[in-house]
Amino acid sequence: MEHYHMNLTLKVWRQKDSKAKGNLETYQVKDVSSEMSILEVFDVLNESLINDGKEPIAFDHDCREGICGACSMYINGQPHGPWAKTTTCQLHMRAFKDGDTIVVEPWRSRAFPVIKDLVVDRSAFDRIIQAGGYISVNTGNAVDANSIPVDKRYADAAFDAAACIGCGACVAACKNGSAMLFVGAKVSQLALLPQGEPERETRALNMVAQMDKEGFGSCSNTYACEAECPKGISVAYIAKLNSEYLHAGLNDSDS
Amino acid sequence: MTWKHFFGTAIGRKFTMGATGFFLITFLIVHCAINAMIFFNDGGETFNHWAKFMGTNLILHVLEVGLFVFLLLHIVQGIMVVIKNKAARPVGYAMSRPNRNSTWYSRSMGLLGTLILLFLVVHLYHFWVPSRFGGLGNITPLEETQLFTYSNEEAHNLFQRMQMVFRGNLAPVVIYVLGVISLFWHLLHGFQSAFQTFGLNHKRYTPIIKSAGFVYSLVICLLFASMPIAMYFDWVK
Ligand code: HEM
Ligand code: SF4
Ligand code: FES
Repeated sequence: MEHYHMNLTLKVWRQKDSKAKGNLETYQVKDVSSEMSILEVFDVLNESLINDGKEPIAFDHDCREGICGACSMYINGQPHGPWAKTTTCQLHMRAFKDGDTIVVEPWRSRAFPVIKDLVVDRSAFDRIIQAGGYISVNTGNAVDANSIPVDKRYADAAFDAAACIGCGACVAACKNGSAMLFVGAKVSQLALLPQGEPERETRALNMVAQMDKEGFGSCSNTYACEAECPKGISVAYIAKLNSEYLHAGLNDSDS
Repeated sequence: MTWKHFFGTAIGRKFTMGATGFFLITFLIVHCAINAMIFFNDGGETFNHWAKFMGTNLILHVLEVGLFVFLLLHIVQGIMVVIKNKAARPVGYAMSRPNRNSTWYSRSMGLLGTLILLFLVVHLYHFWVPSRFGGLGNITPLEETQLFTYSNEEAHNLFQRMQMVFRGNLAPVVIYVLGVISLFWHLLHGFQSAFQTFGLNHKRYTPIIKSAGFVYSLVICLLFASMPIAMYFDWVK
């Protein structure tokens, strides 16, 4: 595609700290290359803000190659911007044209409080993982990878679920701020494998309990999450989580 | 895990919505089938016969109580779910493009449900209240309901009641048609949503469920809408 330059208006959410009120600030950025990623535009803008003695815009990022899930930006009304199956760091400026206005906001969710500007605290996801998103194994020599047979179909399905990078776009997209796609992916990934079998039921119950404690909403099955997920995680994993919860809940003997 | 705990989580609440939703879906089939008997054009004889059967049979009385309990559960839990879900996003977005990732009706179940509820109040007032508390043979004249003004005639059966409510009266017809339109969108999302809620999402079955949901919603709602319209124009005798 042809390389071009553009002038843009950025409207960016600025918020001093978690308690401040915050508002959208307008910035003009000139001569933006269509080959830049949107994070690079923020780098350039921040450099000029620093040169002018102003506070740079805080935003989350790490790998910049679409695998860590840190780059949480709600761009022009969509998590990670207009491109499907794309993280913010992989969103290139050829998605925009000269004269465009781009509105950038942080994820909005009770469970993801804003720390500063565009940075939100996503540790709620970590606590959900800590509640059961693991398998317990005794330490010792690594077991041969092929010692436990796994049906290829289940291995593939588990692998698809494991593609979730914990970015939180599903929560940001959902009108209910629901984390069901994330939790569905994490629960399914282990429920589909023999290694996850021993803790299967407690895992589903504990992770759902933690999800509620963090303040995420219910699933209304609008499927906005699947449409916005950069890894294309299927809502079939939400159905899987529902059925894991149903079985585990009915089977549970504690009262 | 207690029942309270089981039904109290984000997923458990949806089990209540889905289960009561399935019950209401089944009820609508029976309700619609019996009402469609007005189209036999026999002065409502077949219809009245079955309406009477529904109103006097003991098992059906028990089911009727169940219907009200489930409807109430659906409504109360629906309101709880909407409140909880709203609370999960205390600060909204300045700019949002929800139509790029989901349908408007899937996001509007609370609103659609409320419209259905408003319609139901009018509907129960028109038919259920007089048939229960006025007796089928001696229905309270509609004027006493003070919802609309009608000629003050005695209705001797539900068929006549329908004629009385709708014949030449535009306001109730409009309310019923709007109620049925709300029901259509609620069902179009709700039918397939309930299967997902109970864990059924499958490459082969889900497309069938979605098609069945579309056909169900369309047929039920077209039939229901046709009744007040036919009565208004006096097409059924
Ligand atoms: C005969 C009438 C009705 C039928 C057949 C019906 C059916 C359904 C079904 C099948 C669902 C899907 C459940 C799921 O996703 O698992 C649903 C959801 C819902 N219904 Fe109804 N419903 C009716 C009336 C009402 C009324 C009167 C309200 C009043 C407030 C209501 C409020 C809701 C809400 C809020 C949801 C969405 C819950 C969510 O997923 O966020 N419904 N309904
Ligand atoms: S399910 Fe998708 S959108 Fe949600 S956290 Fe995982 S990768 Fe991100
Ligand atoms: S910065 Fe790692 S996914 Fe975008």
